[in-house]
Amino acid sequence: MTDAHSLVVEGITLGYGDRTVIDDLDLVVPPGRITAIVGANACGKSTLLRAMSRLLAPRGGQVLLDGKALHRLPTKEVARTLGLLPQSPVAPEGIVVGDLVSRGRSPHQRIMARWSAEDSAAVSEALRMTDTLELADRAVDELSGGQRQRVWIAMALAQQTDVLLLDEPTTFLDVSHQVDVLDLLTDLNRDRGTTIVMVLHDLNLAARYADHLVTVRAGKLHAAGDPGEVLTAEAVREVFGMNCQVVPDAVSGKPLVIPIGRHHVGDLTPAPVEV
Amino acid sequence: MTTTVGAPAREVDPVARGRARRTARRAGVIAVLAVLVVGVYALSLMVGNTFYGPGEVIDVIRGEIVPGASFTVGELRLPRASLAVLAGAAFGIGGVTFQTMLRNPLAAPDIIGISSGASAAAVLGIVVLEVGEGTVSLLAISAALATAVLIYLLAFRDGVVGTRLILIGIGVAAMLDSVVSYIMLRAAVWDLQTAMRWLTGSLNNASWEQVTPLLLAMLVAGPVLLGQSRGLVLMQQGDDSASALGVRVERTRLVSIVAAVALIAFATAAAGPIAFVAFLSGPIAARIIGGGTSLMIPAALVGSLLVLSADLLGQFAFENRYPVGVITGALGAPYLVYLLIRTNRSGGSL
Repeated sequence: MTDAHSLVVEGITLGYGDRTVIDDLDLVVPPGRITAIVGANACGKSTLLRAMSRLLAPRGGQVLLDGKALHRLPTKEVARTLGLLPQSPVAPEGIVVGDLVSRGRSPHQRIMARWSAEDSAAVSEALRMTDTLELADRAVDELSGGQRQRVWIAMALAQQTDVLLLDEPTTFLDVSHQVDVLDLLTDLNRDRGTTIVMVLHDLNLAARYADHLVTVRAGKLHAAGDPGEVLTAEAVREVFGMNCQVVPDAVSGKPLVIPIGRHHVGDLTPAPVEV
Repeated sequence: MTTTVGAPAREVDPVARGRARRTARRAGVIAVLAVLVVGVYALSLMVGNTFYGPGEVIDVIRGEIVPGASFTVGELRLPRASLAVLAGAAFGIGGVTFQTMLRNPLAAPDIIGISSGASAAAVLGIVVLEVGEGTVSLLAISAALATAVLIYLLAFRDGVVGTRLILIGIGVAAMLDSVVSYIMLRAAVWDLQTAMRWLTGSLNNASWEQVTPLLLAMLVAGPVLLGQSRGLVLMQQGDDSASALGVRVERTRLVSIVAAVALIAFATAAAGPIAFVAFLSGPIAARIIGGGTSLMIPAALVGSLLVLSADLLGQFAFENRYPVGVITGALGAPYLVYLLIRTNRSGGSL
């Protein structure tokens, strides 16, 4: 339905101050699929996501949305196609859930326009999908971490963009809520054809839920492709500097990373890690 | 109950209903505030050493000659009350703009030194340079803008962080206030009366010459700020989130700062830095309106109401007459202390 949008990163170089974080990176986001970006701390994956959502201007190269340079497009136009859930958005004091989710409609509204039936429908649907409809009149400050994260996702859903970028949407959530969030994103992808790009911490969840796995190492693209091909013991050693075994996970058949540290490893004598 | 506009075919939509309820409540609160402002405004036209009834006041406003009232109401009370409404609204809007933008009630222009900048320049103009009233206003306005730029530059390091800007602003305010005190100490007695206005703010000697420039500033900067209010409200979620929702963050911030500083500066030039009005209006409006919407209009009304009522109290409630800033200062100082205690208890930063 909506796999018509293309998002392509071409030879991008990014940095803050005089520090270069991403160096000459190319990436093609497969339309209508779920892409997960993984990498060690400070490898530049969040920075890359910020550039892909127009929050950070590239030093070199460019991000192309439907073939047009993202940074030349008007903010509002971008916001109708491409949604972003940043890592730690702040809920304004005293705002109720319904109003916060309604804010996702902002890019679709003109300056003096009235709130339309379409807006209403989008907000209700977003609340329903995230299972937060009954929270609509509650203040966001009063919610638990898991509820709050679902509300933020609802806001991004109400924006009804064909591409959705998420920066660590599962942080601060316990394992069952992490799975909930990823299931929800999968529903969204399957039902609406939304292209999803997310930065994830958990390798195993990334491998299970992503159609396309991207590994970033020290500001460079390491590999990109099907999780089964990308996520090997070799790759984990190179990207994270950690020994591991990769076995098929008993539930999904996707790769499962079993870390090998210095302790509790049975008879294995860990090989020295080369980074 | 209000009938819900929107999708008629849909089952009862709790979101739209909640939204309609909040919109109605908000409109109601704004209406009540507006009625209160009009009421106190009317009251301050009638009350004074001589009481004039509504009929006489209306006659004066319509331009008829009423013995006694024409001067007292037309030349004294009308400009005074109008200045109160306008200055209060300007402080209210300017204050809430800064508080919304920096997500902090302490970020009001009268706390972070912008009003102090205007005061220091004005006192300098009156006492040291001995220039006329028009020049004093110009000096005050330029100094407020210069102070805002100075604070912004001092606070700038990889972008501006609210807390750093507030702390630097408080420091700048303290320095500028000491400049004011120093100049006042050296002032000639005949200058003191005029210069005193710049310490706490006063509506004594209000005249149409002070009202007109402020009115013009309101007519220009007011709509500009209202135009930014939707973006400003979204920026409370953080720059990234607002930008993802289509807000041009840097532009919104720049336009808002310039317009808000201009309003504060013109209001300060007309009535002095009426203590704590910019600081109090936003939080009071937030308390009665609720979170999540733009507070500009309610804050403007609260500001007007504060200044009008404080001026009435200052003139007639006590044995001595006090300038309006003394009354608002007495109201605002405890709230400042309360805010500091609360942030301290919750262990938060400013």
